[in-house]
Amino acid sequence: LSLLQEAAVLGKKVMVLDYVVPTPLGTSWGLGGTCVNVGCIPKKLMHQAALLGQALQDSRKYGWQYEEQVKHNWEIMVEAIQNYIGSLNWGYRVSLREKSVTYMNSYGEFVEPHKIKATNRKGQVTYHTAETFVLATGERPRYMGIPGDKEYCITSDDLFSLPYCPGKTLVVGASYVALECAGFLAGLGLDVTVMVRSILLRGFDQEMAERVGAHMETHGVKFIRKFVPSKASMPGRLKVTAKSTEGSDILEGEYNTVLIAIGRDACTRNIGLETIGVKINEKNGKVPVNDEEQTNVPYVYAIGDILEGKLELTPVAIQAGKLLARRLYGGGSTKCDYINVPTTVFTPLEYGCCGLAEERAIEQYGKQNLEVYHSLFWPLEWTVPGRDNNTCYAKIICNKNDSNRVIGFHVLGPNAGEVTQGFAAAIKCGITKELLDETIGIHPTCAEVREDKLHL
Amino acid sequence: KSEYDLLVIGGGSGGLACAKEAAQFGRKVAVLDYVEPSPQGTQWGLGGTCVNVGCIPKKLMHQAALLGSALKDAQHYGWNISQPVQHTWSVMAQAVQNYVKSLNWGHRVQLQDKKVKYFNIKGSFSDPHTIRGLTKAGKEIVITAEKIVIATGGRPKYPTHIAGALEYGITSDDLFWLKESPGKTDLYHSFVLYVSLECAGFLTGIGLDTTVMIRSIPLRGFDQQMSSLVAEHMESYGTKFLKKCIPTKVEKLESNKLQVTWKNTDLGTEESDSFDTVMWAVGRVPDTKTLNLETVGVKTNPETGKIIVDASEATSVPHIYAIGDITEGRPELTPTAIAAGKLLARRLFGQASELMDYDNVPTTVFTPLEYGCVGLSEEKAVQCYGSDNIEVFHAYYKPLEFTVAERDATQCYIKMVCLREREQRILGLHFIGPNAGEVIQGFALGIKCGATYRQLMKTIGIHPTCAEEITKLHITKRSGLDATVTGC
Repeated sequence: LSLLQEAAVLGKKVMVLDYVVPTPLGTSWGLGGTCVNVGCIPKKLMHQAALLGQALQDSRKYGWQYEEQVKHNWEIMVEAIQNYIGSLNWGYRVSLREKSVTYMNSYGEFVEPHKIKATNRKGQVTYHTAETFVLATGERPRYMGIPGDKEYCITSDDLFSLPYCPGKTLVVGASYVALECAGFLAGLGLDVTVMVRSILLRGFDQEMAERVGAHMETHGVKFIRKFVPSKASMPGRLKVTAKSTEGSDILEGEYNTVLIAIGRDACTRNIGLETIGVKINEKNGKVPVNDEEQTNVPYVYAIGDILEGKLELTPVAIQAGKLLARRLYGGGSTKCDYINVPTTVFTPLEYGCCGLAEERAIEQYGKQNLEVYHSLFWPLEWTVPGRDNNTCYAKIICNKNDSNRVIGFHVLGPNAGEVTQGFAAAIKCGITKELLDETIGIHPTCAEVREDKLHL
Repeated sequence: KSEYDLLVIGGGSGGLACAKEAAQFGRKVAVLDYVEPSPQGTQWGLGGTCVNVGCIPKKLMHQAALLGSALKDAQHYGWNISQPVQHTWSVMAQAVQNYVKSLNWGHRVQLQDKKVKYFNIKGSFSDPHTIRGLTKAGKEIVITAEKIVIATGGRPKYPTHIAGALEYGITSDDLFWLKESPGKTDLYHSFVLYVSLECAGFLTGIGLDTTVMIRSIPLRGFDQQMSSLVAEHMESYGTKFLKKCIPTKVEKLESNKLQVTWKNTDLGTEESDSFDTVMWAVGRVPDTKTLNLETVGVKTNPETGKIIVDASEATSVPHIYAIGDITEGRPELTPTAIAAGKLLARRLFGQASELMDYDNVPTTVFTPLEYGCVGLSEEKAVQCYGSDNIEVFHAYYKPLEFTVAERDATQCYIKMVCLREREQRILGLHFIGPNAGEVIQGFALGIKCGATYRQLMKTIGIHPTCAEEITKLHITKRSGLDATVTGC
């Protein structure tokens, strides 16, 4: 969408096709994509609902008094969130109209070079040609391929508009999607178990990942590690059978809801890419592009989650889209900078990071060339309610051979996203440990902690 | 030969940091700390203003108020909280005071661990290397030291020209130690500071009927557009403001309430009302009177009473230094005092030469809607460079969490002041919104690196956060376009 709006502003005749194939359960949604409908936005709002539950508990220690029994009403929360998402869907429709971008709620497929076939919900077909095409179809959750998965299990595509409270939930997977969902469901008072095949948050710094998981465990989330589900059935209640990855042990459990969050697959298989010769990675469906987001077919570009080897993040997609439009139509030449992109995992204890994981830094630079500064900290706001005092943690990795330049920043604590954003800007400016030490902290905050307490 | 290598007068943020750092170098160090009771009789332990009557209790009470808002938000997010919801001051005050006392204790232990001698006495100079003081028991102690660091900080000023101000009013020194709720409070705030707005903010937030009386403008010294937005938010939040008013007297009524009479300088009228508590927040005065500085020749600014120091924190007497709130022309902030104290100790005893850099010190005002900033205000930038040479990027945004909570985001605003030419170096960044301190901190690092607008635009945002809006700033004031952020 960001690309379209930019292109339209530059005077081009632009069309967008957006179509949501309903989930096995029948869930669908409006214009805006994953982030708005079944990603970042509802996720953060449900995370906020869970944080507010924690705030309620803290508030008593700060002098607030109200009746002991406080319960959460799932339906009220979902309605409020869906209303907000609806307003965003609407806002996008209006914005596209204002910028004279043609919008069709149709499924698009290539039928020949420069031509696509668009099929709407009623099955009506139209054909359209264009000089340039941009693929930005994103991804959808992957199912496990075991008996009962599509019939009885849900994914994040369904969770955020689920019309009933999920109740006792099994989350399958260890991605940030799995952990974030497990986290807020537990925070709302539900009985949550996470089934993990091997490691948590693959691709992220593993020390931080383990800390994230440990915090969740001490706060009531159950973990079943080294098991994978082999069958989901509904003899009465929903039953999951799981097999150990290390032996022949079998586990069985009953749940109200099973949420599958084991990964996402690119929506590139059935859109006619073979017809026009666009190469994709056959294994994962992702589209390889050059540093200007161009595929192997010169008039076809791609951005966002479907890109091979790039980050699956909204701000990256937005930035790439905008810059692409400027290069295509605005005489711009700036390419999207994919280095040191910050991100945050919104688990109950948030984890923000920018730059390299410690393992990756060691791989790239060698342990002897690195200096890692770290510190546990206790947010001031946690003192009065007596919350954990040895859980929040910050770590920076510096390159000794380059003036102790900061090449990795990791923080586990409240408001990690807000804290990390500015550090990402500083890393973009080449911050070194020395400059970090020289910068005065704002007191009292969590973000200042790295200033004078970081030591080896 | 002096008994100590270093004597630090004042056990606050700056003093303790300096003393502990010096002790690391194996030096014989002593710290003097003494708290003169406030006119209302309030006293506290080791740690200085920040720990006892500043940053720490302030932020905790601010948090209590924020939690009150969270309780309201929670209902929109599906939490069933039965009314009535009430706040009990004594539960909060007790919890805060207990935490502060644990910090006092922590500091005592730390000094002990680092072998720093601690005297709870009020000292004054008898000669350039000698301090004399009396213990609480009345015994006289004499201490001699090679080098002396003065870090006695400041105390709230009383407007003694107003009848009844001293007898019946309290200050921030007392507020955080009150055992009972201050009830209906009137804060008189003449022109300064964040102190009264922060206090008024959390008092309102915990449900008290609060009025702020201002002689002229709020938050003098801060960017004025941002200050107005902060005050505007407080007004919509429930704090009452009496603008352009000056109190003339405070009297006690039979009911034990306080009657405050004031002059409305705009209308030329006289008005009055009754309150449970009157709090003065009209500035702070350096604690130098009883030190006997004239005897040893340490020069102070005759107007402010603050100690004049050079870039190395040295006073007019070569072996006597000063750091923290007591020094002329320095920001009155804990982290700068701590940093200055540490660097000073390293220069004195560690063969270091690094001087303290007071430029681009970030800070945050912890009002109900927080305001964080680093670098120049717009006015100052215009003054220094001329309005033709600066570019101001700005945006009104809405925190995602406000949407479901149906909260008003009218004053959530970001402003970045840059040089107009070439690279567009960032001169100042201003942010109003939740968690402003957390947001600004990292950007302060960037500014320390000489960050430019261009570099900021190359930084990808973290979504969804408030801080990412800073990386998306693109509307300039000059363009006159609507600066409201739309869409996801």
